[in-house]
Amino acid sequence: MAGRTVVIGIGNDCRGDDAAGLEAVRLLAAAVPAHVTVALSRGDPAGLVETWTGAGLAVVVDAAASGAPPGTVHRYRETPAEPGPGLPARSPPTGTHSAGLAEAVGLGRVLGRLPRELVVYGIEGADFAVGAAMTPVVARATQRVAALVAGRITSRSPLSLDDPLPPV
Amino acid sequence: MTHKTIKVGGLSRVEGEGSLLIRVHDGRIADLQLRIYEPPRFFEALLRGRSFTEPPDITARICGICPVAYQMSACQALESIGGARVDGPLRDLRLLLYYGEWIESHALHIYLLHAPDFLGYDSGIAMAADRRDLVERGLALKKAGNELVAAIGGRAIHPVNVRVGGFYRAPSRRELAPVAERLEHARDAALATAAWVAGFDFPDVEHDYRFLALTHPGEYAILSGDVAVRDGAGVPTGFPVDEWPAHVVEEQVPHSTALHARLDGSPGYLTGPLARYALNSARLSPLARQAAAEAGLGPVCRNPFRSIVVRAVEIVHACDEALRLIARYTEPEAPAVPAEPRAGTGHGASEAPRGTLYHRYRTGPGGSIAEAVIVPPTAQNQARIEADLRALAEPRLDLPAAELAALCERAVRNHDPCISCAAHFLDLRIDRTDAPGGRDGG
Repeated sequence: MAGRTVVIGIGNDCRGDDAAGLEAVRLLAAAVPAHVTVALSRGDPAGLVETWTGAGLAVVVDAAASGAPPGTVHRYRETPAEPGPGLPARSPPTGTHSAGLAEAVGLGRVLGRLPRELVVYGIEGADFAVGAAMTPVVARATQRVAALVAGRITSRSPLSLDDPLPPV
Repeated sequence: MTHKTIKVGGLSRVEGEGSLLIRVHDGRIADLQLRIYEPPRFFEALLRGRSFTEPPDITARICGICPVAYQMSACQALESIGGARVDGPLRDLRLLLYYGEWIESHALHIYLLHAPDFLGYDSGIAMAADRRDLVERGLALKKAGNELVAAIGGRAIHPVNVRVGGFYRAPSRRELAPVAERLEHARDAALATAAWVAGFDFPDVEHDYRFLALTHPGEYAILSGDVAVRDGAGVPTGFPVDEWPAHVVEEQVPHSTALHARLDGSPGYLTGPLARYALNSARLSPLARQAAAEAGLGPVCRNPFRSIVVRAVEIVHACDEALRLIARYTEPEAPAVPAEPRAGTGHGASEAPRGTLYHRYRTGPGGSIAEAVIVPPTAQNQARIEADLRALAEPRLDLPAAELAALCERAVRNHDPCISCAAHFLDLRIDRTDAPGGRDGG
């Protein structure tokens, strides 16, 4: 994939499993080549658009709250030519930053500022309470996503939505 | 008697999380509750037993939009205990960092949250689809603020370069040069923004606000100052920040985890852009004063919908002042002054984008924190926002539910309550209980 690669973790470290995206990107930061831009975000859509503008590949890792079993890894792909299936426009009450990401994708699309390929990993959380620790099953999923993304980027392999998650 | 619960939408463009419940009985508002979730209580508990050096970093995590505000209020409270006087270039750097945050926060609010309300778009994305030029201007403004924050605070999820007594590292003049270049463009964009929003069609609403903001003899207060209060047309009164506990008392209300603040015994005062402007407009930079005059702002603005104009003027001021400070900046001899680990009580307040943010710390011997109190602007404004909503909604209860809900959403967005930034929605529910034969407006 030509163009710059960026990896962005979204979340809030103070709200339990909402830290999953941040933690995944911290875990993989040391493993990816130096030319890869690694960023952490609280989900501000304008900041996300700024970070991925002009990128060939943007990988975003965020927590999710869809009602699926905790630790489930949701995957989603979006390109300028092919819109993805759509992200939830608003978070449920225990919410994560999916609304911020959905707005960033929408904003990026109408402004012509999407990366050439956007791949999103949403790690289903269980506990988003202020001050909560990450749930063990979510922490394991976070490690697996970090290992998958680091491995694919390091070996310059394309990211497929069907990639098996490596064991940790 | 009929009872109806209507789900009428969400305040999806409010930073934070919460809900609005309006109970209507026989055509009058029986109860109105803005339920918000507020994390400072958790952080106050988390801080107990920690070293006096830790609050700037820990409290920065409370809000993703205004971490600098939390850092600045915390630092000043702790420096007053530790005997550290931060002035000269170090104070200028703090001002610059704070102006960066104002530019970021106000640009985001104006362009992605507030302006779409006035132009008939249901989101910033819908507005961007039609008016890409405008939204790009807003994003460029925000980016200028972002770069100013990053140049001084470091590039991280929140500024990591701030410490009690100053900074870990002071930037060089050379590092600030490209930031200044971008700020020149940002100042032009801010002037264009002020002229643009001044032309919006504003609902004809005014409230008799009791304003509270910091005031400073030498500047449009942002980083420090005394507390000033203006009640109606009366002469402003005030008190030093260390007398805050004698004037502002927080109380629990059943419907919200946020505490409601009372000022000298009365609830419902307003802090934030309208209050700052009413109390301090004479101290705006000449260019910002000119922008305010051209935008048609008088000396006081009591229409909350026009707060968008005040925010635009504050961006002009922030860009203008930041450029002045960068021009005179000389690298300090040391990036920080020492603060002693002492027992004592310290108070600190600064002007977060959404209003006055107060911190108080009590430390024990060795400087460990025995007690922390954080009073964010949203807690102070909550009762006043509820009063705004009540005054707005009561005469309009005959409106179709969706229209009333949209107006309430707009009224909340005027104040942009910032709660935790961890989620982005506010559900609105109207319960109507009408007498038989009464109007069921669902």
